[in-house]
Amino acid sequence: MNCEQISPENKSVLGKDSLTVEPFRLTLAKHGLTLERQRTATLQINVGLLCNQRCRHCHFSAGPDRRESMRSETVNEVIAYAQGSHFDAIDITGGAPELNPNLVTLIEKLSPLAPRIMLRSNLTAFNGATREHLMDLLKEHRVAVVASFPSFNESQADSQRGGGVFQESISTLKKLNAMGYGQDGSRLELDLVSNPTGAFLPSSQAQTETRFHQVLEQKWGISFNNLFNFANVPLGRFRQWLLQSGNLEKYIEKLASSFNPCAVEGLMCRTLVSVSWDGYLYDCDFNLAKGLFMGGRKIHISEMSGPPEPGSPIAVADHCYTCTAGAGFT
Amino acid sequence: METYYKPEHLTKFEEIGKEASGLAEKFFDYYNAVFAEGELTEREKSLIALAVAHTVQCPYCIDAFTQACLEKGSNLAEMTEAVHVVTAIRGGASLVHGIQMRSVAEKLSM
Repeated sequence: MNCEQISPENKSVLGKDSLTVEPFRLTLAKHGLTLERQRTATLQINVGLLCNQRCRHCHFSAGPDRRESMRSETVNEVIAYAQGSHFDAIDITGGAPELNPNLVTLIEKLSPLAPRIMLRSNLTAFNGATREHLMDLLKEHRVAVVASFPSFNESQADSQRGGGVFQESISTLKKLNAMGYGQDGSRLELDLVSNPTGAFLPSSQAQTETRFHQVLEQKWGISFNNLFNFANVPLGRFRQWLLQSGNLEKYIEKLASSFNPCAVEGLMCRTLVSVSWDGYLYDCDFNLAKGLFMGGRKIHISEMSGPPEPGSPIAVADHCYTCTAGAGFT
Repeated sequence: METYYKPEHLTKFEEIGKEASGLAEKFFDYYNAVFAEGELTEREKSLIALAVAHTVQCPYCIDAFTQACLEKGSNLAEMTEAVHVVTAIRGGASLVHGIQMRSVAEKLSM
């Protein structure tokens, strides 16, 4: 088997030579697969890395001390790009997007431009006198809320996301439910995202969703629409934790050994383009975290006149094993 | 330190088929069928397996099914309760034999 080191720095940190996996691009080739774009249907906008939380699984190492933030000039360029590109969905993420002062403009200008607009929320960044109005704004523009909620076990959730986050999240979910989010017939979508609270792969999405529906309803009277179960990507703060806890080697090997060729067809990078806070384009949010530009070329959003062409190559690296492990990450 | 139990043996489990491949194949087919979702969910089966692993005190099984339980969505509180179920049954099994002890002693005693 043709193997290579994941990266020289990890080899030295681990102090051993056994951290090897086959490069992702070779694994694709071995299965006769190529990773190219289909029609790009989703524009993902990362408005910056400022966050009120410091989650241990964050692939960006986002937190209160980060200064990366999308400025109004870039916001206007993103809006202009969306106006000329006709995306099916627009996905706003961060950091905590609620902390970006331009979020209101983004939502107001972008929501008429795509049938579906969604905001990734950590559920605690809504709180605070200056931000509670954001929930009304989301409702007014029918923005789907995609909320991080890793576990209904308080100690597991707080150990990943910080002390007190679980109770605050429950309280925000109740508020969203009271506004109509996650309720049948309201057309206000509330989805949950559950990441494993450690160095292990996620459980089956369908089974987890059923169980979360039962437990959240039974214990807190909370309802939601869909649950997405995502594996943690070994980048940023999560990679640091893997290193410090001695789990990096086994985790990477597990991701690589769980490669599912059938997951490649549905990978999100085939239909999504991600724009960073400073306006550069990437094939996905994880490549953004890794600094891998879209198709391997540094292109600013102001240089683009429409979505990337179908058939364009997608930049890959070994963290891509996260999205092809088991059922995949779509 | 040299030990009888080596963690890397767990990943080599399938090598047990080298001398008796037909039997190993039957065992692993059965094993995989047992853990597939049926009337019990995969998560419930993993919790049972974790409990049995503690009963038979197999470090390979404890390692494998701790991971399986987490991956199937169980949390540490549930897994800890499962180990207490083991303890209750094992303790109860000892204690209930005390009735035999009492019966023998009563027969022998004045």
